[in-house]
Amino acid sequence: MSAPREALPDADGRFGGFGGRYIPETLMPAIAELESAYRSAAADASFQRELDDLLANYAGRPTPLTLAQNLSEQLGPRIYLKREDLLHTGAHKINAVLAQALLARGMGKRRIVAETGAGQHGVATATACALLGMECVVYMGAEDVRRQSLNVFRMKLLGADVRPVHSGSRTLKDAINEAIRDWVTNVATTHYLIGSVVGPHPYPEMVRDYQSVIGREARAQLLELEGRLPTAAVACVGGGSNAIGLFHAFRDDPVRLIGVEAAGEGLDGRHAATLSRGAPGVLHGARSYVLQDPQGQILEAHSISAGLDYPGVGPEHAWLKLAERAEYVSVTDSEALGGFELLCQGEGIIPALEPAHAVAYLPTLAEELGPEDIVLLNLSGRGDKDMGTVAEALGVTL
Amino acid sequence: MSAGDPGDRLARAFARARAEGRPALLPFFPVCWPERDATQEIVRAAVEGGADAIEFGFPFSDPLADGVTNQRAYEEAIANGATLERLFAASADLRAQDVRVPFLIMGYFNPLLAYGAGRFVRDAAEAGIDGLIVVDLPPEEAAEFQALARAAGLHVVYLLAPTSTDERIARVARAASGFIYCVSVAGVTGLRAELPPALPELIGRVRARTDVPLVVGFGISAARHVREVGRIADGAAVGSAFVEVIREAPRERRAERVREFVRGIAGRDPAAPGAD
Ligand SMILES: Cc1ncc(COP(=O)(O)O)c(C=O)c1O
Repeated sequence: MSAPREALPDADGRFGGFGGRYIPETLMPAIAELESAYRSAAADASFQRELDDLLANYAGRPTPLTLAQNLSEQLGPRIYLKREDLLHTGAHKINAVLAQALLARGMGKRRIVAETGAGQHGVATATACALLGMECVVYMGAEDVRRQSLNVFRMKLLGADVRPVHSGSRTLKDAINEAIRDWVTNVATTHYLIGSVVGPHPYPEMVRDYQSVIGREARAQLLELEGRLPTAAVACVGGGSNAIGLFHAFRDDPVRLIGVEAAGEGLDGRHAATLSRGAPGVLHGARSYVLQDPQGQILEAHSISAGLDYPGVGPEHAWLKLAERAEYVSVTDSEALGGFELLCQGEGIIPALEPAHAVAYLPTLAEELGPEDIVLLNLSGRGDKDMGTVAEALGVTL
Repeated sequence: MSAGDPGDRLARAFARARAEGRPALLPFFPVCWPERDATQEIVRAAVEGGADAIEFGFPFSDPLADGVTNQRAYEEAIANGATLERLFAASADLRAQDVRVPFLIMGYFNPLLAYGAGRFVRDAAEAGIDGLIVVDLPPEEAAEFQALARAAGLHVVYLLAPTSTDERIARVARAASGFIYCVSVAGVTGLRAELPPALPELIGRVRARTDVPLVVGFGISAARHVREVGRIADGAAVGSAFVEVIREAPRERRAERVREFVRGIAGRDPAAPGAD
């Protein structure tokens, strides 16, 4: 396990051979403007103060680090949960949303478009727009509108215009296509507020930076509580933002980084395990791993969890995999439901179905570890939004 | 033949249109659509109607620069079994039938990558393709691909948009080959009632920095638009409007409708249907 030698991405937004800016010409100037706004904000103490204030007093940072007592006893290693589920709006997405909304305001853009899968990013975006008085349009695949109807209602209450997308697979990838089409059309007034470490440079780097507060806090909290680093840091991977957010602080530490993808109905059936089963390709502005057929057409992903139901993945994960700095495993829909129940009944915490995938991998990981090991798991969101899906999967009518 | 050679098909097409005092007309439609084997018939009819070049749209599952008309056609073309092999076979077949207008492939990068960039440019050149328009491949990302394409004798056509800064225009002008595709509006492909009022401003800024032919596309839907474009640029690409004509035409009258539409929109004969 060797630590990365240099800071990535490079000036062209490359993580090794991945990343870049594969976008229509119309958007190139907007991307350049965004990058320069992002870099000046990073050096601007008043921007940082305003963001830190919002993260602390509006979103609820720092989030607690909870020792999962019962799970630890049951499985062996000491298991800590980073409680992003306790943030305002219920998931880690709010971290990068507040930062991007402030950036957009600074660029004079008062209209925000966003994509959403599970609805968590859409809810966080609608929330920030309500707070900052901005217009908010959220694109959501028609299939996800159905699965996550509670979040659709929340977004509308917050004043967002939620637009169902009926093209393609009617899920997250199609919502991203539609958000990009809107952005191309309204680029002068509009910021595209991407919800994960995907898209053209600088998004993967920028969203990583805004999410890396997760790992920075968790690392300090663990050192405080245990006086040592974890053996492994574990997170689910959809686009990859909560995973990168956790991993980044540990990149130069002797800590195993483990990303858990959605294996859906199984890796030989319909799934969303892009790193495990995909191949390098270009989707949504970046070169990374994608699920595609031999002709290079993007395949529909499948996962019980709308937030992981995406046939692409952030380019930095592709690089971490190729560099063998991180490991990527996968967990099926039914295993994820097992993880969901494990946390509900074992710890009294109802997780979102996305991090339930990470939880579901714990028993497998624990087989390689002992009581002296520490596992740090990113509990990226809470499960309220998934009550309908879980009830349906368990055959319960609400 | 090699890119930039005055004997190349694209240069000849622009020269002829210019000599006739009109913009070159470049109809666009997806290959293998509406049926898998429809490509040759549509090309022949378009050429008979007066098309100066053909843009073969190669379908992609996630066409983020396209409006609903092309999205739908692309989805259907993929369902029909559109592949690059089939596109190349159709192109080679048309060349064997002595169809001489320039052929371009317009599409997205991933299918070309999946085919293999080196193999793609070689097979495209062999099949009689003249140039490539890859909408999600700006010059920043194109160095390697462009070198391969140039070595195979293919033009790589870049796009410019109303949002392009003067620095970007200069950059694209340096890399330009064949022509520059000027996107008429910030937006996606699709039918539009009017040309955007800012179009002459964009064309003026580009023209000031290059002598390469300029083709205007996105939203060109009527003979009136083509005439307006002809006053400021060298060519007009007609996509969604052409795709709608193909979609609406009954199978047995398709060739005739395509011919009439191209003849009309080219504006050479004001009495032709489609002219307005
Ligand atoms: C709670 C939660 N976790 C994880 C994800 C997956 O996204 P990412 O991989 O970018 O963290 C989502 C996406 O909607 C989510 O809502």
